[in-house]
Amino acid sequence: MATVSLKKLTKRYGNIEIVHGIDLEIADREFIALVGPSGCGKSTTLRMIAGLEDISGGAIDIGGRVVNDLPPRSRNISMVFQSYALYPHMTVRENLGFSLKIAGAAKDDMDRRVAEASAILGLDELLERRPSQLSGGQRQRVAMGRAIVRDPDVFLFDEPLSNLDAKLRTQMRTEIKKLHAKVKSTVIYVTHDQVEAMTLADRIVIMRSGYIEQVGTPDEVFSRPATRFVAGFIGSPPMNLHEATVSGGRLVFSGGDSLPLPGQFKPRTAAGDKVVFGIRPDDFYPTGHGLSAGGETEVHQVELPVSITEPLGNETLVFAEFNGADWVSRMLNPKPLKAGDRIGMSFDLSRAHLFSAETGKSLRS
Amino acid sequence: MMDENASARLIRRTLTVAHRVGLFLAMLLICLPGIWIVLSSLRPTVEIMAKPPVWIPQQLSFDAYVAMFSGIGKGGIPVLDYFRNSLIISVTSTVIAVAIGMAGGYAFARYRFRGKSSMFLGLMLTRTVPGIALSLPLFFLYVRLGIIDTHIGMILAYVALNVPFTIWLIDGFFRQVPKDLAEAAQIDGCTRWQAFWQVEFPLARPGIASAAIFAFLTCWNEFALASQLTRSVNSKTLPVGLLDYTAEFTIDWRGMCALAVVMIIPALTLTYIVQKHLVGGLTSGAVKG
Repeated sequence: MATVSLKKLTKRYGNIEIVHGIDLEIADREFIALVGPSGCGKSTTLRMIAGLEDISGGAIDIGGRVVNDLPPRSRNISMVFQSYALYPHMTVRENLGFSLKIAGAAKDDMDRRVAEASAILGLDELLERRPSQLSGGQRQRVAMGRAIVRDPDVFLFDEPLSNLDAKLRTQMRTEIKKLHAKVKSTVIYVTHDQVEAMTLADRIVIMRSGYIEQVGTPDEVFSRPATRFVAGFIGSPPMNLHEATVSGGRLVFSGGDSLPLPGQFKPRTAAGDKVVFGIRPDDFYPTGHGLSAGGETEVHQVELPVSITEPLGNETLVFAEFNGADWVSRMLNPKPLKAGDRIGMSFDLSRAHLFSAETGKSLRS
Repeated sequence: MMDENASARLIRRTLTVAHRVGLFLAMLLICLPGIWIVLSSLRPTVEIMAKPPVWIPQQLSFDAYVAMFSGIGKGGIPVLDYFRNSLIISVTSTVIAVAIGMAGGYAFARYRFRGKSSMFLGLMLTRTVPGIALSLPLFFLYVRLGIIDTHIGMILAYVALNVPFTIWLIDGFFRQVPKDLAEAAQIDGCTRWQAFWQVEFPLARPGIASAAIFAFLTCWNEFALASQLTRSVNSKTLPVGLLDYTAEFTIDWRGMCALAVVMIIPALTLTYIVQKHLVGGLTSGAVKG
């Protein structure tokens, strides 16, 4: 049972400010993902919440208690490290029970809680082994087990899956989601992988250079990115983003090609405005191979040459050349194409995005 | 025509045999001085000094050992006093040097502070001064302080001699213990102090054990400083005791070798006991997948 709230949280190393006074309210039992490129301050923020880094300004509140200067052990949190940080000289059982031993728990209470955690994570067979005798996925599970045993108010995850191979990562992702459903604690999860963030989190916090760019549900950050950075960061393959100038009700790109100005942005732009036009590969597709079966209100069709294709089986990523650049599109029910083919492409402009070229902020209301 | 596999097998066997013979010869060469000391302690001086050397001992006896323990005036030396002095001085200075080495090594491995690298370099530079060069200044200093020919004086000198080395060695071992482990322990409820003793210390133990062995052996075998700073049975250590076997015109080689054997036995025993802690690679499995 714990809310977490960050108020004007700041971190400085000497004169260099790493985290610039961020504010964030996390509800009880919420699964929050902090996501951003490396060096954006997400891990530092997590370590400040854990108490492993001093804070330079602001306040951290866990469950209604200000914990600014409390040591990690007094915050009732647990943390899963990127490196797992299992104690190599202890067996899995001792690793799981270590926090209880330190707390001076009774032997039978300790055995019961270790058994519970081990049952949840399927570690029963491994209890007498040492970390060096475990595979990467097993170590990961032990690290999570060690976190569960403490029965903390808040779970902190610091890029827990980044040392696993792709297949195991997908599997552990599902396990973490199941785990959250079972233990019902507040979770703060740091990752640089937007897919992990999208699949796991109730809300996503996108950070860049020590600032929060946007906080929202996976759907919000995907469909209504607040900034050009968020638009480019969330989604795979990434959104097509190209600079343009508003002129005579059209968006004129630097190469001379142009598109009609989407209707919803007409009231918010003036001739001569420098903007960034963004459209997801899902909303730019070979005509007849798009996501929505009709009903689009503002479809603009052009014929474009194909420069390269990436078949994925159920769909094909088609790179079409427009305005001198390759724009990626998603082709559903794919048919064979080869480089140089000219095909009809549709821009679903009702779903396009426009950002100010100057501030990077979305021009959507 | 010879089978290719058969000849390859033959070559491999020949190489294995040659390898073993080579290793045996090398080991023999390394062990020879030790064996010679043990042998010499059991042979009469005539045989030791014989030219050409007598390789195969003709007569063996424990006379030298009996004489050594039979008290002054009967060819004996105060070996028990020397032994006690050596033990007290070596053990105490090792314990102190390892304690300081752990604190210093940990600080160098974990913390950033001003002048860290120059301090470290300074510590290492003290090792470049030969012990014998220090003996005269140290002698004057100790005379003024009144700690010449005392245990405390010897302990101080040996702690100073060993601390740079123990810091350097233990620092390297603490560096190998991932920082995450201490942080994980703190999140698991440990204080900084508990995290050190519960997690970091056990993982650095092989390094601390090696530092202890080296420090102990340095003290146990040190001669140059001890010969200047000790005067009497109050503080003379075993290496200095060896000199008791030299007289104005003669050297009792047999007695000296016997005392050397007496010195080697505790050192060997200790090394044997501690070596089981020297298992490396304990940190494997802590981090990464």
